[in-house]
Amino acid sequence: MDAAIGALAERIRAAAESRRPLRIRGGGSKDFYGDELKGEVLDTRACTGLISYEPSELVVTARSGTPLAELEAALAEKGQMLAFEPPHFGSGATLGGCVAAGLSGPRRAAAGALRDFVLGVRLIDGRGRALTFGGQVMKNVAGYDVSRLLAGSLGTLGLIVEASLKVLPRPQQEITLGFEMPAARALQSCNRWAGLPLPISATAWHDDRLRVRLSGAASALRAAAARLGGDALDEPAAAQYWTAIREQTDRFFAGEAPLWRLSLPSGTAPLALPGAQLIEWSGALRWLRTGAAAAAVRAAAAHAGGHATLFRAAEKQAGAFTPLAPELARLHREIKAAFDPAGILSPGRMYPEF
Amino acid sequence: MGEALSLTKIDSARQRAVAEALRAFLPAHAVLWQEEDTRPYECDGLTAYRNVPMVVALPETEAQVQRVLRTCHAMQVPVVPRGAGTGLSGGALPRGDGVLLSLAKFMRVLRIDPLARVAVVQPGVRNAAISDVVSAFGLYYAPDPSSQIACSIGGNVAENSGGVHCLKYGLTVHNVLKVRGFTVDGEPVAFGSEALDAPGYDLLALAIGSEGMLAVTTEVTVKLLPKPQAAQVVMASFGDVETAGHAVAAIVAAGIVPAGLEMMDQPATRAVEAYVNAGYDLEAAAILLCECDGTPEEVADEIARVREVLARAGATRTSVSRDEPERLRFWSGRKAAFPAVGRISPDYYCMDGTIPRKRLGEVLNFIGEMERKYGLRCPNVFHAGDGNLHPLILFDAASADELRRTEQFAAEVLEKCVAVGGTITGEHGVGVEKIDQMCVQFAPAELEAFHALKRAFDPKGLLNPGKAVPTLRRCAEFGRMHVRGGQLPHPELPRF
Repeated sequence: MDAAIGALAERIRAAAESRRPLRIRGGGSKDFYGDELKGEVLDTRACTGLISYEPSELVVTARSGTPLAELEAALAEKGQMLAFEPPHFGSGATLGGCVAAGLSGPRRAAAGALRDFVLGVRLIDGRGRALTFGGQVMKNVAGYDVSRLLAGSLGTLGLIVEASLKVLPRPQQEITLGFEMPAARALQSCNRWAGLPLPISATAWHDDRLRVRLSGAASALRAAAARLGGDALDEPAAAQYWTAIREQTDRFFAGEAPLWRLSLPSGTAPLALPGAQLIEWSGALRWLRTGAAAAAVRAAAAHAGGHATLFRAAEKQAGAFTPLAPELARLHREIKAAFDPAGILSPGRMYPEF
Repeated sequence: MGEALSLTKIDSARQRAVAEALRAFLPAHAVLWQEEDTRPYECDGLTAYRNVPMVVALPETEAQVQRVLRTCHAMQVPVVPRGAGTGLSGGALPRGDGVLLSLAKFMRVLRIDPLARVAVVQPGVRNAAISDVVSAFGLYYAPDPSSQIACSIGGNVAENSGGVHCLKYGLTVHNVLKVRGFTVDGEPVAFGSEALDAPGYDLLALAIGSEGMLAVTTEVTVKLLPKPQAAQVVMASFGDVETAGHAVAAIVAAGIVPAGLEMMDQPATRAVEAYVNAGYDLEAAAILLCECDGTPEEVADEIARVREVLARAGATRTSVSRDEPERLRFWSGRKAAFPAVGRISPDYYCMDGTIPRKRLGEVLNFIGEMERKYGLRCPNVFHAGDGNLHPLILFDAASADELRRTEQFAAEVLEKCVAVGGTITGEHGVGVEKIDQMCVQFAPAELEAFHALKRAFDPKGLLNPGKAVPTLRRCAEFGRMHVRGGQLPHPELPRF
C-alpha cells in the first residue's frame, strides 16, 4: 500500500519538476464541481482501504481512494455514520474526493459540516513531500489547523492520501413531517424551531411543501412531533426523499437550467430571483434553477451576507465560485504557493489565478 | 525558553520612540510604558514565564487597532495580542522589544439575532457573558472553558478553546461563524460569514487556534444554540482508574454521546471536596461525571441507559442529580479543580495532552511512574469523553530544582501522549510552554509548512513571533527528533 503512496508522490515530484499540471481525481463523481479541469489525471483509487476504525473512539481513518459507500457501510455495521451526510453524486465517490470537495448534506445545519468532523489528514504537497496534520483525537490545537484547511480545497493544496474523521452513533429513530406552506412561512418556521430545543436534523422546502426530519430517542420524537404538527411521511418514502435531496436525484435537480448554490444567513427572507428554489438547512442553503445573469445572482447573495456558487451548468464563464476580496485573494495565492510552489495541483479548479 | 524569552531587555530610546508614535493617535491612558503600568501585563495565566513589555497599547476602536498595527509594522516592532490574559500556555507572553496589544476594551455585544441564532460581539467580551445576554431568548453559547467567567471570546478564538461539553457541542471552531480583524500590516480581513460557509479556503478554521499569530481579532460572530430543556448528571464511583476508563468507552460504544463526560482521580476529588463540598465519593479511586441533556423524555431515557452501562462496567456506586442545584454542585467541583489544587500546593503545572481513550490506563500508569521518578504529586482531572488529560503537577516555584523537575515531568508526559497517538495540547495551546514538544509531534517538513503559512499572513514575522511553532534550529538544539512509526521521516532531508 505504501508503494501506492510512493508512486503518487513520485508523480507529483516529477510534475513539479517539469511544471506539468496534475488533476487529482478519485471516482470522478464531482468532476462537475468547480472551474476548469486542467492537467493529466492523477488517479487516487489505488490508495485505498480502511486503516483503523474503533467505534468506541468515534474515529475512522481510511485511505483517500476508499469508496465512500464502502466506508459508510463499515460504519453502519457498527451503528455509526458520517453525521454530515456527504453527497456522493455517483457510485464511485471516494473519501478523498469527499474531503477535497468539502460538501455536506441535509444534516449539516444540525450536526455540522464535513470540516467540523475532519480530525487529521496525511497529504502529499506540491513538492511531493508527505505531511501529516491533526490526528485521531477530538481535541488537538498543536500547530495551525491544516486538516480543516484541506477540507474543500479541491485538490489545490495537496493530494490527501489519508483522512481521519469523527463519526457519531446513528440516531435511534427518525421521522419526517410534511407541511403545506409558502417559502416565507417555511423560513420563519424553520428558524423559529431551530431556536427551540427540538431534535430537528434536516429541513427541505420546495413547491410549497416543507419537510422536517426529526432524529433521536423515540420518546423525544413523539413529544416533538406532537408539538410541531404536520403529517408524518411513511418511513421508506421519507428515507428515499432525503436521499434524493442529498444526492440531487430529486426532480427539482433534473433538466438543463443552471443550478446555483446560495449559502446565506439562515434568516434571509425569500430572494426575489427568477427561477425555482429548493431551501435546505433552515434557510442557510438555497438551490436555485435559473438562467438569470451570474452578476445578479451573486449580487443578491452578497446583499444578504452570503455567497453564490454556480454549482452545475453547461458553461461557467462567470466562474464557479464568488470572487474573493483582494486581501483574501492575496492570502489564497500565498497559501497556495506555500503548499504548491510550482502551481501544478488542480490549477484553476477553484479560481483562475491559481 | 529560548527565542521568545531571551528578549527581556528594554531599549529605552526605542521605547520612547514607539510610545510617542502611538501617542500620536491614542490618548495618554491608552499607551503604557512606565514599568509600574506595564508590569501587570508581564504574564498571562501561565505565570511561570514573565516578561515586561516595552509598551502596552489599549485601543478602543477598530481604527485605532489598525493604526497601532500600521505603526508597529512600519517601525518593525513585534506585536503580541492579548485578551483577558487567562491563557495557560504563555501565548500572550510579552516581549521586551514589542508592543502588547490589549483588546480588553472591546467589551461590547454589538448585535443579537435570536431568529438566526447568532451574536456579534467584540473580542473582549467574556465567554460566560455571551450566554448571559442571550439567555432571555432561550439560547446560549456552547463552549465553556473552565475559565469562562474571566476568559474572553477573542482569546477563545486564538486558542480554539474547549470546555466540558465539547464531545457533543464542539470547540470554538465549531461554534464561531465569522471573525473580523486585521492582518499584521493593518489590512482588514474577514474569515467565514454569517452563512454556514464562505468561498475559497477555510481561513476561519485556520485563524481559530492560530494563537494570535495570523491576524488580530476585532469582532467575532458566534453561533447560539437553544438551551436544552433539561440536564442531569450521573456521578459514578470506581475502584480504579482503568475501570473508569473502560466505562467511558462502554458509554460511547453503547451509542451515547453525553453532553459532558469527565473523570477525576482520588487526589483531585479530595482537593476539590475540601474546597467546594461538591459531594464527591472520597473513597473512590476515580469518579465519572456524565451529563445528559435534551428534552425531559430524552434525558430520562439516556440517564437510564447510562446507569445500566456504568453498572455493567463496574461502577461501585452511582447517583443522579435530583435537581438543578445538585447538578450545578456536581459540576462545581470539576470546574473548581484548578483553584482547589492551587490551595494544596504553592504552585501547580497543568498539562493538556490528548490521547486516544483506549490508552488511558497506560498513560495514567506512566504518570504514576513519573510521580515516583521526580518525587512530585500529580492529581488528574480529565475530559474523559474526548481524551483530553489535565494532570496537575504540584510543585513550589520558589525551589529552582522543583521547577526543573516539574518541567521534565511535564515534557515526558507530553511525549508519552504523542507516542500513544495523541497530541501535546488539546485546548490550551502551545504558546511558549510546549514549543519544544512541537519538535516531537511534527516532522521538519510539517513545521516548515506551518512557517510558510505564517509567512503568507505575516512575511516579516512581527505578529506574536516565537510562539507556537519552533524553528528547525530550535528543534535541533532541543535534540529530540521527531519519530513516526519507528522511522525517521524523509531520509532525503538534511538533519540539524
